[in-house]
Amino acid sequence: MEKRIKVVVSKLGLDGHDRGAKVIARALKDAGMEVVYTGLRQTPEQIVKTAIQEDADIIGVSILSGAHLELVPPLVKLMKDKGLNDVGLIVGGVIPPQDIDKLKEMGVDDIFLPGSSLKEIVDKIKRIAYNKRGIKIE
Amino acid sequence: MSEIVKRALEGDELVTSKILTKIEYMTPDGLEYLDELSARAGKAHTIGITGIPGAGKSSLISGLISQYSKRGLKVGVIMIDPSSPISSGSFMGNRIRMQDKTMLKNVFIRSIASRGHLGGVSSEAIMLIEAMDGLGYDKILVETVGAGQTDTEIMSSVHTIIVTSVPGTGDEIQALKAGIMEIGDIYIVNKADLPDANVVYDAIKFSIDSAEWKDWIPKVIKVSALKGLGIEELVNEIETHLEYLRNTGKFEDKVKERRREMIELIIRKWANDKISKVIKENSSLIYEKNELRKTLDALFSKFKNNIC
Repeated sequence: MEKRIKVVVSKLGLDGHDRGAKVIARALKDAGMEVVYTGLRQTPEQIVKTAIQEDADIIGVSILSGAHLELVPPLVKLMKDKGLNDVGLIVGGVIPPQDIDKLKEMGVDDIFLPGSSLKEIVDKIKRIAYNKRGIKIE
Repeated sequence: MSEIVKRALEGDELVTSKILTKIEYMTPDGLEYLDELSARAGKAHTIGITGIPGAGKSSLISGLISQYSKRGLKVGVIMIDPSSPISSGSFMGNRIRMQDKTMLKNVFIRSIASRGHLGGVSSEAIMLIEAMDGLGYDKILVETVGAGQTDTEIMSSVHTIIVTSVPGTGDEIQALKAGIMEIGDIYIVNKADLPDANVVYDAIKFSIDSAEWKDWIPKVIKVSALKGLGIEELVNEIETHLEYLRNTGKFEDKVKERRREMIELIIRKWANDKISKVIKENSSLIYEKNELRKTLDALFSKFKNNIC
């Protein structure tokens, strides 16, 4: 069987707004991906451990708390420390424009702001999974 | 032994995870790893948790993880969620019920999509059971897809079967029906703090009491997985069942049965794909002829060419 893209979708940090994350998780399912949805209030440690045990191709985190500049660096560092160098990382949420480049410099592969189309998100995730792990895009 | 398997046995979780993926997708090296692990397998106590969607299977597993982890056991968890018949994708949400178990040492949790397989358990899931067994997990908890009345495949895949029921699922007629309500070693009435829990409890009890049993008589336990009530009683009952399996020699039989089931499911999957292919290729023949006998004759000869 051909490899399916496996994505861990999480809410990072203290933030109870999970509607967006659920919509994304559902859209990825509808695009043929296997999504592990871990829910609210996840620490970087929990997300990385989940990604390890699930052998995720992509980690998707949703942050609407404004704490992205505090939460993303430890997540990126932990991913590196644990050897997840070939795992894609995408961030979604309310991110001010001036922070986008900062996040990308930290090692985030892509950032999706409110208003992003689901198709665009799906296509970009497929491309990241191909670039990082060579998973074929149908 | 291969270097990779050695690293997994030493506890490298990332390597373990990669091995499981390769086994899941049946890559050539994955199958070699499985053989290596299979040679070491046969010791783990495998426990299946089945029941309707929303019965509380994941929450129950969360409770069991706590208990086993406290006792210093290595716990492997395999949770199957359905794949979409439309997109083939999957939304796997079982981990949400066990968030506080993620960081526990010696607990390895893996979600797997059913990938078109019906019956509650898939060949991939059994291959992962076999692998985790070989990796030295003491208890392997397997959560089936949310089950219907005929999803009974778990009975050939694990040692101890827990059927999870909840209040509001019917009277003793439902409990007397064939299928899932006759395969349990232990029945759980979960959400037992809700009204009508006794109705379901009594119905299952009646169903058990009205039958003749050779040796193991199934148990019924009221549990509230969320509130942690009845979990210890459940763990004790699971241990009693394990003792019974060991004393009767059925423990080893179950491992053999699981391996047979694994191979049967792999071959069935292969045959299913062939059947789908033949049907698809000959759809014009199916649409043209409105005569069942002739259509079947024509198709059967094509199947024979394709499968045999």
